[in-house]
Amino acid sequence: MLSIKNLHASIEDKPILRGLDLEVKPGEVHAIMGPNGSGKSTLSYVLAGKDDYEVTEGSATLDGQDLFALAADERAAAGLFLAFQYPLEIPGVATMTFLKAAVNAQRRARGEGDLPTPQFMKLVREKADGLGISTDMLKRGLNVGFSGGEKKRNEILQMALLEPKLCVLDETDSGLDIDALKVVSEGVNALRAQNRAFVVITHYQRLLDHITPDVVHVMAKGRIVRTGGPELAHELEARGYADYVGEAAA
Amino acid sequence: MNAEVRSIRTAAETALSEIFASAFAGLPGDSAVAERRRTAFDAFKAAGLPSRRVEDWKYTDLRALMRDAKPIAGAPDGVMIAAARGALAPYAAIDATRVTFVNGRFVEELSDLATAEGVSVTLLKDALVNGAGVEALSDGVSPAGNVAVALNAAFVADGVVVSVAPGVTASRPIHVANVQAGSEHAAYGRVVARVGEGGNVLLIESHIGDAGAHQTNSVIMLDVADGARAELVKIQDESLDTLHLATLAVRLGAKAELKTFALAAGARAARQQIYVSFTGDGSTAEIRGAGFAGASRHLDTTLVVDHDAVGCSSREHFKTALDGEARSVFQGKIVVKPGAQKTDGKMMAQALLLSEGAEADAKPELEIFADDVVCGHGATVGALDDELLFYLKSRGIPQKEAEALMVQAFVGEVIETIEHEGLREVVTDRALAWLTART
Repeated sequence: MLSIKNLHASIEDKPILRGLDLEVKPGEVHAIMGPNGSGKSTLSYVLAGKDDYEVTEGSATLDGQDLFALAADERAAAGLFLAFQYPLEIPGVATMTFLKAAVNAQRRARGEGDLPTPQFMKLVREKADGLGISTDMLKRGLNVGFSGGEKKRNEILQMALLEPKLCVLDETDSGLDIDALKVVSEGVNALRAQNRAFVVITHYQRLLDHITPDVVHVMAKGRIVRTGGPELAHELEARGYADYVGEAAA
Repeated sequence: MNAEVRSIRTAAETALSEIFASAFAGLPGDSAVAERRRTAFDAFKAAGLPSRRVEDWKYTDLRALMRDAKPIAGAPDGVMIAAARGALAPYAAIDATRVTFVNGRFVEELSDLATAEGVSVTLLKDALVNGAGVEALSDGVSPAGNVAVALNAAFVADGVVVSVAPGVTASRPIHVANVQAGSEHAAYGRVVARVGEGGNVLLIESHIGDAGAHQTNSVIMLDVADGARAELVKIQDESLDTLHLATLAVRLGAKAELKTFALAAGARAARQQIYVSFTGDGSTAEIRGAGFAGASRHLDTTLVVDHDAVGCSSREHFKTALDGEARSVFQGKIVVKPGAQKTDGKMMAQALLLSEGAEADAKPELEIFADDVVCGHGATVGALDDELLFYLKSRGIPQKEAEALMVQAFVGEVIETIEHEGLREVVTDRALAWLTART
């Protein structure tokens, strides 16, 4: 589904990703773990199409489609979703208005018509209830006055509504207490499906207690330096990243 | 005296003199009104069209913006009236006492003059001949010698006189609609409104034109007596070739309340002047506006709020979104006169630049002669936040649509303060139309 080959990317001429390879198949959950500064968040932004980053070498395809040939909104319409580490606040744009704009923009990009408002409202209510998102929150400005946990739940709500093929979760566990972590993880698990894949980026192992990965990768200095099963996460939790920082630098 | 400036007359100045000379005898009014018109025109002639060398017009060079003077419009024909009917469609759902002028001429078939008891709405041309004319042509609030105001007093042939009796709350809004139809002409309009003690009214003034290179000049004189409240919503949606000059002059009594919103959506060049004078203690004014401009359009908001009483508060908030090579000017001044203690004034002007070529000039000023006051002003000019745009795009929302959502949010803050729901919708729809046209 997602195929990344020899990816190099830099920001302001500073190389961050240095030859990253990653293959993710439909239905799989891959965890990418690594120390701060290893390029985990950069990978998520480069895939989502943030302008600040320049891809200098390599390729990334989603179901054979060249992601780098698409603008950020086109990548989303092609089925890519990035759950932000720090979801942004947009005062004046009601959450509901934003959700509707996103759902309908993607439908239009796929040649489908806008979802009729009553149907859209019903759909949002269904998905929002499961995530404990109140009607009041949906009326408020996007993420404005939301707690850290509410912002992350709102990310999962967007994911649930947009039904992407590939979900990239960037440090979704950061800033969450244990209860919020459970709600968010349950939301993600509910979306696991045969035809959908996940790349879960995290510094800590604790998120992976709730979202069990099929494959765990260790990232350091802009590349994947080790790949293993779920047990690798526990090993990292016990031993830390010190080994990998040295290895990649060598 | 400035002999050098006066030695050469521009084509527009010469044409205005000729038009005045030939129109003068036919303009409505008794001999006192005629005298008032002549004085006003002489004041204009002495000063001429202001260039950027006149401080008040530094950013809006009227001499350069007004190359010629358009002839005064004739009576509208059936086709023009039909076009005007179509142009008024967005307001059809707003139940109001409606006074419609097409090309500056009152059109009865597009008007509904019915009012509730205690509210009177009559035509200015009648007031000009029944002894009340001179008063109606002298607002006493706008700066002496202001060219836009002087030209209006010299040329205005009709308009509306509104009177709300003491203690009366007007049950319907009063809507003065000005529609321009035809190829090119000048049209003048004036609203003279008085809200008696404890009265309450919502005034709507709209300017609509879909084509034509017109020159429009409107004045609203609003007198809000002690304990009274007035809300005024102005919607300027002139054709994109029109030069629009407008003045709002408000005198507030004690414990009075003013709430005003001005939308600038049209015109090639528009200047909205707002002069508010606090003459009684304990009054409040909320003065807001929003503007949109693309291409090489020019939008000027010039504002003076004069605190000459104790314990009054004023809030000024203007937001403008600019695209293409458009330019906005905000000149706002809060004056606190000696003795106007406990004044609370806050002014904010914000411009959003959607292109490299757009420009916003902001000149906020405070002039304070009292020592126990709280006053502040701010001005921001900036582009849309790329981080926020990326967040929206990452959800599949295309660039232009993402920009539109953010511009809506930007101007929404002031538009949402319009209390009348139907009117708020008209303004919101106009904003959306501008944003959609950009995409």
